[in-house]
Amino acid sequence: MTVKVYFEDVSVGDEMPNWSRQTNFMHWNRYAAVNDEFVPFHMDDEDGRKAGNQQGAFGMGNLRYAYLVNALRDWIGDEAEVREIGCQYRAINQKNDTLSVVGKVVEKDVVDGENRIKLTTNVMNQNGEATCPGHAVVVLPNRPG
Amino acid sequence: MATGIDTLISPAMEEAKGKWGEPRRSPPIALSDIRKWAIATYWPETPPPIYWDEAYAANTRWGGIIAPQDFNPFAWPVKRIAPQAQIQPAGGQRLTGINGGQTDTYGAPQRPGDVISARNRLQDFNEREGRFGLMLYMFSETEWTNQTGDFVRRRISTSIRY
Repeated sequence: MTVKVYFEDVSVGDEMPNWSRQTNFMHWNRYAAVNDEFVPFHMDDEDGRKAGNQQGAFGMGNLRYAYLVNALRDWIGDEAEVREIGCQYRAINQKNDTLSVVGKVVEKDVVDGENRIKLTTNVMNQNGEATCPGHAVVVLPNRPG
Repeated sequence: MATGIDTLISPAMEEAKGKWGEPRRSPPIALSDIRKWAIATYWPETPPPIYWDEAYAANTRWGGIIAPQDFNPFAWPVKRIAPQAQIQPAGGQRLTGINGGQTDTYGAPQRPGDVISARNRLQDFNEREGRFGLMLYMFSETEWTNQTGDFVRRRISTSIRY
């Protein structure tokens, strides 16, 4: 049983631990294989340019979403719940980008008996560009006793 | 890119707006599919044991392995949905489509053996001039429940066509 963070331990303004990945075809192809997401502009540079990205093929939005999920899960542990995630794909995930998931606590409330923490989230690239602004709501356990 | 066209909003879109489509069912979720999903999305790090270690997962509040929240049980259908069967904008399959984002609300976790039912509707749409000319924003709602009727996920997704 892994509880990584209790509701009582979180305050508005706290930041999630950093979570990052460098991404390229090794990651995109694995994701394509599990999600059956074989879209030409994620697989081929020429198709990426045809879709408007001069640098060629680019990464899946869904994989960035997975990184959000994984960063939240790594922070809250197995006993907590992810209740909501929202994001917009604003910038392209280029080959060999290092993507970092960031999150900051903006609300802390008990709603319908659940200990809910709301965060603003984003996926930043190595140039400091916000590629994926959004939000998340997680439900945390109480500290025993 | 849409050229020589005044609107990307088609009569089919107007007709479909707000109406739930026929529900579809996933195949039973396989333990190995969850493991592979976790490996792919955590690559090159080792995924957490809750997604692959049954002995570990048995001692969590879930009592067994669960899937990552974003796991897609509808991947790899035997029969593909033909593009012409989907609701197409004016200009249809010649347009480029990109994923604009989504908001998901989660309920019960997905587990090995679960069969997920999904229903979908085109919730709304609008269009405006953008970086690639006339750009269409389509908002779809998809609702998932499991075989016992528990709510699993609601997704509001944005699809951009140009």
